[in-house]
Amino acid sequence: MSCIEQMKYKLHLERTSFKEAREYVEKNSDEVYYVQPGYRIFKDYYLIGVPPVAIGVKGKELLFPYVKPCHGTFVMSIESEEEINRLREQERQKILSSLRKGKR
Amino acid sequence: MTGEKALLVMGCPEVPVQMSAVIYLGYKLSKAGLEVTVAGTDAALKLLAVSDPEKHYIKNTVDLDRCIADLAEKRVDYGLCFVFMHNDAGMTYGATMSVISRAKLYVVVFGKNALALAESIEYPAEKIVAQTVHNPMPLKNRIDRVMA
Repeated sequence: MSCIEQMKYKLHLERTSFKEAREYVEKNSDEVYYVQPGYRIFKDYYLIGVPPVAIGVKGKELLFPYVKPCHGTFVMSIESEEEINRLREQERQKILSSLRKGKR
Repeated sequence: MTGEKALLVMGCPEVPVQMSAVIYLGYKLSKAGLEVTVAGTDAALKLLAVSDPEKHYIKNTVDLDRCIADLAEKRVDYGLCFVFMHNDAGMTYGATMSVISRAKLYVVVFGKNALALAESIEYPAEKIVAQTVHNPMPLKNRIDRVMA
């Protein structure tokens, strides 16, 4: 079991499909970032999902899909400035890298 | 194919045909000389341990979360990967495997909504599909056809 279930989290959607979870994150976040399945958050949770996986930022909270084999997809949020900053920095690096490629 | 590694990823174990299909496919792959590892949830691995107590058919198992972590961190990979699924969550695990592993991917789709579920799969994978819940024979026959 991942450490996420021991953390203080909020549940926004329960036992839904991955598609509905993605739509919820996209519609209910202040900022949305897209990552590949396998992206690691909170030390030991690797995101499960159909690429690209939408992760949202709402205030100080990170919104993300959490998939359980027998119970479907949940949308959870956990307060974490560290994870939000990591996501923003990664996005910044992605944009810089694509701009560099465009110059070549 | 001798020496190649195959991963069988079990979904939620609530549909009866899954366990017999996993053991059968593991048996077929081992006979063909592959090193087989089965990943699953705690409940699914317990079902497997009780079904095959002397590890006659399946020698290696790994916790599903550990398996995902090892693949995502590139600590391990396989030549072939079969993802068993009968629900949306299983389909989502298959999509994850298509990204984090370089294995040739097969999706084994079963259960009462197998046809609709198989249609929803848009990532590159060979589909083994049988709309069956209790009778393992349609799924066994599809597996045999792919392995022939």
